[in-house]
Amino acid sequence: MFELLGIPPQALFGQLLIGLINGSFYALLSLGLTVIFGLLNIINFCHGALYMMGAFVAWLALQHFGLGYWAALFIAPVVVGAFGIVLERTMLRRLYKLDHLYGLLLTFGIALIVEGVFRNEFGASGLPYVIPDSLTGARNLGFMVLPNYRAWVIALSLFVCLATWYVIERTKLGAYLRAATENPTLVQAFGINVPRMITLTYGFGVGLAALAGVLAAPIYQVSPLMGSNLIIVVFAVVVIGGMGSIMGSIVTGFLLGLIEGLTKVFYPEASATVIFVILALVLLWRPQGLFGRRS
Amino acid sequence: MKTLRSLGLAAILALAAGPAHAQWSDGTIKIGVLTDMSSLYTDLSGAGSVLAARFAVEDFGAAAKGMKVEIVNADHQNKADVGSTIARQWYDVDKVDVIVDTPNSGVALAVTEITREKNKVFLVSGAASSALTGAKCSANTVHWTYDTWALANGTGRAIVRTGGDTWYFLTADYAFGHQLEADTENVVKEMNGKVLGKVRHPLNSSDFSSFLLQAQASKAKIIGLANAGGDTVNSIKQAAEFGIVAGGQNLAGLLVFITDVHSLGLKTAQGLIFTEAWYWDANDTNRAFAARFSAANKGIHPTMIHAGVYSAVTHYLKSLEALKNDADGKAVVERMKATPTDDRLFGKGTIRADGRKIHDMYLFEVKKPEESKKPWDYYKLRATIPAAEAFRPIDKGDCPLVKKG
Repeated sequence: MFELLGIPPQALFGQLLIGLINGSFYALLSLGLTVIFGLLNIINFCHGALYMMGAFVAWLALQHFGLGYWAALFIAPVVVGAFGIVLERTMLRRLYKLDHLYGLLLTFGIALIVEGVFRNEFGASGLPYVIPDSLTGARNLGFMVLPNYRAWVIALSLFVCLATWYVIERTKLGAYLRAATENPTLVQAFGINVPRMITLTYGFGVGLAALAGVLAAPIYQVSPLMGSNLIIVVFAVVVIGGMGSIMGSIVTGFLLGLIEGLTKVFYPEASATVIFVILALVLLWRPQGLFGRRS
Repeated sequence: MKTLRSLGLAAILALAAGPAHAQWSDGTIKIGVLTDMSSLYTDLSGAGSVLAARFAVEDFGAAAKGMKVEIVNADHQNKADVGSTIARQWYDVDKVDVIVDTPNSGVALAVTEITREKNKVFLVSGAASSALTGAKCSANTVHWTYDTWALANGTGRAIVRTGGDTWYFLTADYAFGHQLEADTENVVKEMNGKVLGKVRHPLNSSDFSSFLLQAQASKAKIIGLANAGGDTVNSIKQAAEFGIVAGGQNLAGLLVFITDVHSLGLKTAQGLIFTEAWYWDANDTNRAFAARFSAANKGIHPTMIHAGVYSAVTHYLKSLEALKNDADGKAVVERMKATPTDDRLFGKGTIRADGRKIHDMYLFEVKKPEESKKPWDYYKLRATIPAAEAFRPIDKGDCPLVKKG
């Protein structure tokens, strides 16, 4: 059997698949960020905290209301999305006319507050959330054991990513949204309620983060810190993909998952840094990102 | 951001008229709890360590004895540079006399150097690296609760003895992980076991599946987790998901705290074997302490680190009471070494010349869900490792303080 740099190909396939699984989280999270940035011009730094809230809503629903995983997949995005809408209505809305930096600072502050509150309430070690019965177990693919739950994560996030891309790039609703970003006054003149549309878009992007949180809950601990561990990477994904490019963030999410997975095999010590090295290289070579348009 | 939190209010005890002969530098004994207040080690040390220090001061009756004790705390964010800056500021500006706890070996190794330079006192409960009483030992540092050598010795020996003779390490990539891995590897090799490989992961990794797959491919009987806190929890959880234990390999959690077991739940954690210095449900005194502690700490029960902070602060105050002077850190530590330790949580013990506190260690196994009768009822005792065997022999650590005979 041939070996590639000392790694048997079967082990390599396993690692690539794991890279894809992690990539699907990156894709789902960076998608929400990109939608919010592309359509609202807000750098939503509290995305990680909202992802964490999604996981906590799932946990709380199970603990206090006996609502299981499948219900949480719908409840968490709605509850956290509603929280996002409140944020947008009461705070973010006031900053649209100012520089990006103000939105960044505000959302960063919100992230710190939300994480602080959850840490104070639930501690930092995290809480257990079990995989739903119908998705437990694993199948042996020959080259690796693939837990059923992870297969489900890839499938669902691919579906959600592509559906979002389709809605925004290929439907009438999406066309309104994009037009409203380009020239809100004109679109409003056609009788479309632009402020409401923007609020709902923000709520939708936040809901995507919460959905990723529910998907992550059974794999990682439900912990107040889970968002801040991930958010910087996700931002790197968005920047590498090109700020605001929806397909860009989906493809880059999966791609970076793969690259990170390979790094974990060949040079594991660098696995936390490799994404930022790529970020630096991309910024030097193509500052608008891989899929971004030059403004 | 996470700024320095100098909560001077933590425990300012009554300004009782102190006896005129005691020489407290600037009138106050100031204890600085330097710990992780916001990240993965918060529950196993963090605010609980501040609380334990406060209990120790209260139980000692410092105020009644005319000793004015103040406790401050700060968050080192698991960064050696942040920890060093705080330590320097505490010693130079805030007149802190002793720093306690300090989980994260990287930070603790930095603080031990600063403490030596400033001639203060450093009582380590949270950090693990056995280098603190080995090559990096200091006449100003006492390492209280446990260390990597004791963990490796307790857990490693027990596992190799029961047939786990091939190992693969999952190691946190910093001072602590490296030391724990090295100490365990020595034990495994000494007992004719083999280490088939190792992988080093960054601190605070959330996904371990790639590392676990590499461990699986090695076909080692035992996967040694040379990491801590959230990293250990995630490794164990994801190992179950990928069918590693079901496939015949076993996990050895080399450093597991009761808060980790609580976070995993017994269903996932059952059967894990590891070494600890203290368990809340071991006797009535410990139970009473745990009840008082958890009531003030959102129900979180004390870990061995919290108990160690209590014990260390108690002994420190006792030594100060005898010495009547806190200015010379080296003299205080000398006094602490000369006096046998005796407190309600750790019982009787001693401190060796290299700064190692000596007491029994315990090998625990996590109960099955049906064996657990009450909240936090998680461990059963497998073996007691007597104090004389629990820690690295004093002549094996290369500590310059130990005279070669």
